[in-house]
Amino acid sequence: MHTETHTGLDSPKGNWWKPAHRAEKVWVGIAFAWCMVLFAMMPLWHWKGGQNPSGIRRKVEPAAFMARTQEFIREYRVGDDRGMPIVEPPPGSDIYLMGMAFQWTPILKLQKGASYTLHLSALDVNHGFSLFPVNVNFQVVPGYDYGLRITPNSSGDYRIICNEFCGIGHHLMVGRVIVVDPPVTAMTTPGGGE
Amino acid sequence: MNPDSMPPAGSRAAAAAAPGYRPDSQSTFRTCPVTTRRIHDKAEALVKANAVTAIVFLLVGAIAALLLVLTRWQAVHLLSATWYYRLLGVHAMSMLIFFIIFFEMAVLHFASTALLNARNAAPKLSWAGFGLMLGGALMVEWKMWAGKADVLFTSYVPLRADPLFYLGVILFAVGALVVTFIFFANLAVAKKERTYEGSLPLVVYGAATAAIIAVITLLHGAAIYIPTFLWSLGLMEVDPQVYRLIWWGLGHSSQQINVAAMVAIWYMLGALTIGAVVLNEKISRSAFVLYILFISMASAHHLLVDPGMGPAWKIVNTSYFMYMAVLASMIHGFTVPAGMELGMRLRGYTNGMFEWLRKAPWGDPGFSSLVLSVVVFGFVGGITGVTIGTEQINIIVHNTLRSPGHFHATVVSGTAMAFMGATYYLIPLVFQKRVALWPLARIQPYIFAGGMFIFTISMTAAGYFGVPRRHWDITFAGAPYSVPFNPIVDFLLALVALGGVIAATGAFIFVAISVKSVFFGTALGEITKGTAMVGVPRGITHPPTHATDVDARNAALHDPARGLMGPAPGTIVLVMIFLAVFALYFFSNWKILSFLWKIG
Ligand code: HEM
Ligand SMILES: [Cu+2]
Ligand SMILES: [Cu+2]
Repeated sequence: MHTETHTGLDSPKGNWWKPAHRAEKVWVGIAFAWCMVLFAMMPLWHWKGGQNPSGIRRKVEPAAFMARTQEFIREYRVGDDRGMPIVEPPPGSDIYLMGMAFQWTPILKLQKGASYTLHLSALDVNHGFSLFPVNVNFQVVPGYDYGLRITPNSSGDYRIICNEFCGIGHHLMVGRVIVVDPPVTAMTTPGGGE
Repeated sequence: MNPDSMPPAGSRAAAAAAPGYRPDSQSTFRTCPVTTRRIHDKAEALVKANAVTAIVFLLVGAIAALLLVLTRWQAVHLLSATWYYRLLGVHAMSMLIFFIIFFEMAVLHFASTALLNARNAAPKLSWAGFGLMLGGALMVEWKMWAGKADVLFTSYVPLRADPLFYLGVILFAVGALVVTFIFFANLAVAKKERTYEGSLPLVVYGAATAAIIAVITLLHGAAIYIPTFLWSLGLMEVDPQVYRLIWWGLGHSSQQINVAAMVAIWYMLGALTIGAVVLNEKISRSAFVLYILFISMASAHHLLVDPGMGPAWKIVNTSYFMYMAVLASMIHGFTVPAGMELGMRLRGYTNGMFEWLRKAPWGDPGFSSLVLSVVVFGFVGGITGVTIGTEQINIIVHNTLRSPGHFHATVVSGTAMAFMGATYYLIPLVFQKRVALWPLARIQPYIFAGGMFIFTISMTAAGYFGVPRRHWDITFAGAPYSVPFNPIVDFLLALVALGGVIAATGAFIFVAISVKSVFFGTALGEITKGTAMVGVPRGITHPPTHATDVDARNAALHDPARGLMGPAPGTIVLVMIFLAVFALYFFSNWKILSFLWKIG
């Protein structure tokens, strides 16, 4: 006995390249269209959306990145917290944050509504930049500088959790970002801007 | 009419007696009393060895899992930091690599021999492959337990492990590659000896897809582990970003092996438990081909917030390539349930939209595993996976608990669940034993999948609050600054623990059933068709065969007069619900993203 209708365990006989029922074709069409929507959202968000992981990306020697960060700290240091420098760079500037087991250096003091280019890199192993409680996450890879344009939209005392395993002290690695309201006189456009 | 009284599907019987069928003289075969297929003793021994080894690693991984969830639950916080990280590595290697891949090797051996009435082409080499895999796996376990490889399973360079750790991985991969080639050799021999008529059955075709992807994957594995091994000996440099790129070429494509193997098992379990039919070979097979063509590029979605690659690269690789694999999964997500529905309708369960589901054998663990695997994989794993693998949305997901929340819904609730369901049939069909602890076996899939459902949903929710994965202590005791998580996070982590403990219990029950059946079980004995037996799944005592007029019934169900809903209207309703949930979840994530600081 031989039936056309068979299970996935049976060998189909003859030519199995046969037209599908309309219902199946329609589903394939819908699924394909949906995949195109999934695709379109990404370029669309680059164009219209405010959150993209693009950034300026380049290779950098860990030692060079460390030297640049130290220079940045010397230039804009405004105090410290138990030995960790607090740095207050002017709005619009390039700012530096380096990860190494198990701390983020330095503490950044930023203005709400101002934009900065945040350069992230690691000196030893991979680390994970996770801004708490905003929940913004980036991979921090040694040898690579990730320069992201950021604009804080709320003031407060934020944390940077390390969320990439970087050794047995990984869970101790927490940094700090302070966002303050801009001085009233400096506010040219209400709510700040790019 | 009683559909169970029908004779077995003719095509199977015909295949066993295919003209020109000449097994080579040294091989011994038995005829399976249930499926009438001819089973080669040497091939069968390999299936057994690989399956048993897989389940031993499952036990190791599940013990580690239990300790891990009890540590992430901050109220209990069981392990020390060192042991938490160490067992995190042990858990992932034992589960994702050793349990899953040993089981896949069993599937490859089974699909290329038993399902085709064929013999193993090179038993000695097959055992050599098995030996390499086992040796490599033991070497890796040894180094991890000894604290010489506290680098987690991703071992991101420049974290450094003992060179023997990398060597162990290489040996394991070479062994797996050998077995994969034997799979193709078996197919070639079966074809040459004409052990089956017509084309490869869809299940074997799916297994072949998995095997092809395995070759691609293992080549990526060689490309990354060999340099890393040399690096660990101080012989060369490895760039950390390049490492991540190629490692995920391995790490992601290997997930596609799991998906392909899982889908093949879905088709197999559907056929065995309720006589699911193949709706259209062309569509199902083309979907498998999409997996092969597009998957290795999907490694990009692990690197969406990495500094090494630009947006164009990220978009092209995740969308163009990955979404074609997503399309394939969405196709199987339709054809598998639709084939099940049609199979049931052809056997007479034609009332309303859902009689085919209501009258299904929910007490057959092979069937319940299948349904739970499809549902949790699709609704939780699939939807979360595509969403978090979107370039920008990944910013609110990367390395938070949403990531393990997602993949425990795919490779665990999907693949591992399907493998468990398959085991309930392998025990009687291959080991020729009854399934031990039968009352437990009937509920085991519900325990495991139910626990995993709670576990994955609450992990995903905790991830929304930024709770990191791979993190020993989110109270940050001893850290320089406090990190005050929303109090709801405590509740969510308790739920993670609850779901995790339930799922781990489900895994332990499964191990107990398998070990007891295989080593201390009762022989299968004579099967009287139509009489339920303790320890024998219903698909074996009541084979879901189709009536001889099945083609006529099938044509009637495909009658254009039935309209667009066609032969499987219930499935259409289900996939539409799926699509709605998917869209809702996807767009609500964009909404959440839009509230963040501006970044770019
Ligand atoms: C038996 C039930 C299981 C439970 C309760 C469980 C639980 C867990 C937990 C608590 C974590 C740690 C999450 C974290 O702290 O970051 C984890 C990680 C993981 N699990 Fe499972 N798991 C189970 C089964 C499995 C299976 C079957 C697989 C693979 C097939 C698997 C693969 C993984 C992987 C790859 C990780 C990531 C490890 C890492 O981040 O390095 N799990 N699991
Ligand atoms: Cu770190
Ligand atoms: Cu860390």
